[in-house]
Amino acid sequence: MIGQLLDTLLLTARDVIPIAVILFGFQLGVLKRPIANWRKVVLGFIYVIIGLTFFLVGLEMALFPIGESMANQLTSPEFLHPNGEATPFIWQDYFWVYVFAAAIGFSTTIAEPSLIAVAIKANDVSGGTIGIQGLRISVAIGVAFGIALGCFRIVVGDPIHYYIMAGYIVVVIQTFYAPKMIIPLAYDSGGVTTSTVTVPLVAALGLGLATNVEGRNPLIDGFGLIAFASLFPIISVMAYAQIVEYLTQRRDNKKNLEEHKDAL
Amino acid sequence: MAALKQLFTSMFNSFKDLVPIIFVVGFFEIFILQQAPDHLGSILIGLIFIVLGLTFFVFGLEMGLFPIGESLAEALARKGSIVWLVIFSFSLGFGTTLAEPALTAVANEAAQVAAESGAIQSHPQALAEYAMGLRLTVAISVGLAILLGVIRILKGWPIQYLIIGGYIIVMVLTAFAPPSIIGIAYDSGGVTTSTITVPLVTALGVGLATVIKGRNPMLDGFGLIAFASLTPMIFVMLYGMIFL
Repeated sequence: MIGQLLDTLLLTARDVIPIAVILFGFQLGVLKRPIANWRKVVLGFIYVIIGLTFFLVGLEMALFPIGESMANQLTSPEFLHPNGEATPFIWQDYFWVYVFAAAIGFSTTIAEPSLIAVAIKANDVSGGTIGIQGLRISVAIGVAFGIALGCFRIVVGDPIHYYIMAGYIVVVIQTFYAPKMIIPLAYDSGGVTTSTVTVPLVAALGLGLATNVEGRNPLIDGFGLIAFASLFPIISVMAYAQIVEYLTQRRDNKKNLEEHKDAL
Repeated sequence: MAALKQLFTSMFNSFKDLVPIIFVVGFFEIFILQQAPDHLGSILIGLIFIVLGLTFFVFGLEMGLFPIGESLAEALARKGSIVWLVIFSFSLGFGTTLAEPALTAVANEAAQVAAESGAIQSHPQALAEYAMGLRLTVAISVGLAILLGVIRILKGWPIQYLIIGGYIIVMVLTAFAPPSIIGIAYDSGGVTTSTITVPLVTALGVGLATVIKGRNPMLDGFGLIAFASLTPMIFVMLYGMIFL
């Protein structure tokens, strides 16, 4: 374990050097400004390297094994058919896989700090029509549905690009009808939600599924869950904005109608 | 004493990231599967490492990287030199992506899977080269994405045409790319944009849109991440077409 930590430390230091060179290079070479309290900045970089090292070793030891072992246990014949029937499995047999995938997607997204920050900003821009909770829940539903659908795809073994293509078509159609100000935010929400902790777990779940379900190849079928998790929030966020807009319009129309009646 | 308190707060916040996972996995293990996860001991040690790692990582980012990155982004936007701004955008996307932990982890995993299926040779050297190749490809594509996004903010182009154009390129390339790279390519879009990249890139976008006249920081400042999740798909498929 100590050896693994030291190896990772060296590799991490190598990975962080480029960003340090870029920031210091621009600060000193282009802006020609000294670095304000450089001691603190250097200490910060050292913390980043130490933190990344522990984090990567921890991922290797905890999150990948959790994802793999959940996929293993949820697809084991003893769990799927406790009575020992020998029928070939159909996709409905993997019901709990989809539930687990959706639960992981929903719960990690709702707790994601960067999403909360984005939701607060969106609430500001929209003048309060886009609710903070509403946005968070719609992103979380998008991620949950995306990962569950991605698991279904791995189980049945369909080519991934049909699903992604269909998703893109929905996104393009919605783009023409959704309120303009939500569009960049919706596009960003796909990338923002998949956090550092969720990504490795979800990746391991997909690879574990593809390894355990008969007839699937991990290299071809195992990846793609993260792509689903980044695509569906775009759809659900735009849908949320469309629903809010529709309800507001309907309420306004009603109000106008009543005022009209009163005037008569 | 204050520093210690700050450390504990930060540690608690990192732990909070893991709570939903622990809760959901625990619920399934206890009520549905009625088993314990395999290797429970090393998983617990690993979880402690993750909390420790995230704590130091975020602490360090807030101490060093973010202040200097944000002030640089703002200063360069104010300076008004387009050439330097463009070079900076590319470098920022490239550098932050190379250091992104989720990408490192997934690239290593992808190399292992590729070796097990016989797509690449299975000695450590070949694995490391494949993983590094993937990461460099993604880093270059995120660099280009941020560059393109910054030019979009400068010119005020509407985002949707660029994104739809990107989708069309993704679809065309999918028809030609080897099947063994398609899943990884699609995933690489979502993997790239997390802990380091998102805050720095958002700071650059919002900073730029604030400085330029006639731009709404909220409308024009967002959208950089969207490009950064799209271009890696295109470039990783190209990488697969060339090297696999």
